[in-house]
Amino acid sequence: MPDFETFRLVLEGLVAGLGVTVLVALSSLAIGLALGFALSLVREFTRTRAAHFAIDAYVELLRNIPALTHLFILYFGLASLGLRLSSIAAAILGLGLIGAAVTCDIFRAGFRSLPKGQVEAGLAVGLTPRQTIISILAPQAMRIALPGLGNYAVQLVKDTSVVSAIAAPEIMFFARSMVTSSFQTTLIYATAAGLYLLLSLPLMQCVRVLEAHYGKLKG
Amino acid sequence: MDALLSVAGLRKSFGSVEVLKGIDFSVKAGEKIALIGPSGSGKSTCLRCMNFLETPTAGEILLDGERIGMRNGRMMSDRQLAPQRAEMGMVFQLFNLWPHLTVTENVAIAARKVRGLAYKEARELALDMLAKVHMTHRADASPLELSGGQQQRVAIARALAQKPKLMLFDEPTSALDPELVCEVLNVIEELAGEGRTMLLVTHEIAFARDVADRVMFLDGGVIVEEGPASAVINTPREERTRSFLKQIRH
Repeated sequence: MPDFETFRLVLEGLVAGLGVTVLVALSSLAIGLALGFALSLVREFTRTRAAHFAIDAYVELLRNIPALTHLFILYFGLASLGLRLSSIAAAILGLGLIGAAVTCDIFRAGFRSLPKGQVEAGLAVGLTPRQTIISILAPQAMRIALPGLGNYAVQLVKDTSVVSAIAAPEIMFFARSMVTSSFQTTLIYATAAGLYLLLSLPLMQCVRVLEAHYGKLKG
Repeated sequence: MDALLSVAGLRKSFGSVEVLKGIDFSVKAGEKIALIGPSGSGKSTCLRCMNFLETPTAGEILLDGERIGMRNGRMMSDRQLAPQRAEMGMVFQLFNLWPHLTVTENVAIAARKVRGLAYKEARELALDMLAKVHMTHRADASPLELSGGQQQRVAIARALAQKPKLMLFDEPTSALDPELVCEVLNVIEELAGEGRTMLLVTHEIAFARDVADRVMFLDGGVIVEEGPASAVINTPREERTRSFLKQIRH
């Protein structure tokens, strides 16, 4: 049975990675949401075939390649071409780009679930298409997208663990290096699991609160 | 004498199906016209062509002398159409209120975004319009908390807030429970009494007779018969009109 002192040392070692985990999760979440929303707008509200094709290809590609493979391409592949990203930058960019593919689909589903009459009423009162999107469609689509986005955010917190593979110094990175030197396998990974729970459970709770708040607005 | 709205040679096809086969009519300022006819006759499509929610395949629509939807021989985009659409208030069968906004915001938003009114002015205007449809007491409610009849009255207030030259009603009571039809018809009747120009697609034949100046009977994409409301409804000349009215009544 490991003593409290060992646990304290393990916890200290892992918390050192907590900051990077949070940084990677929040930054890639921001990229994923912003880029995904922008892509969904282009995909739903423009008529350029080439842009539609490019976005569909992007979404299919990134959703169907494992995150780890994608990260290796960004980190090692670009480095071999002379573009060297730091492991944290590669992690943020990598997860953010994958996130955009995921959220693009979630936002699109939100837009598509709105009845046609919502647009028509906007145009009929004299709003321009842009005003209709901004004031009428986007606020409703975002609310509908909320549960999906929440699940994505929780998934993302967990997925940050894969970036340890490109040596980004987050929780799992420290966990693995401590395991190799101390062999306290169970204690270390259980503590890591506890830290992830500490991040994702409150997040899930936030999502539930938001859902309950906006859920009643569904027509 | 001068027509506020004049429609000439209006045609509309969906794919290979021609729904409107050449419609001509005009509406004078202050006139109330009811479009009646069997379902599939093209009356809703005809109404929706007025503000280009449906793009006509051919024909010409003039509102107050201004060609709707076409400029210099080219089809206008939705963006270019926005100011023209703002001149026409439209009331939909399914209300189409915006559920993420309050009742007042639903009515005020166009005044703010289209006409650039300040928040306070737009709110005052909205409350005035809600008073007209007897909905002031639910000004801060969500549309989802309202009955169908109340929603439709708010939708009417939203259209009125545009200060439109022309009101378009697309079967405004068809989606309502029977006991809620009356409150909406009463509001429309009050508006009719204010001398507004109205084009109304309806299945409420008795209402059309009482409120409209003229009735147009559409069938198969053409105007089969038109004339003073009481004449068309009480003593129709055409056999198709007669058989339609007979079916409607019993």
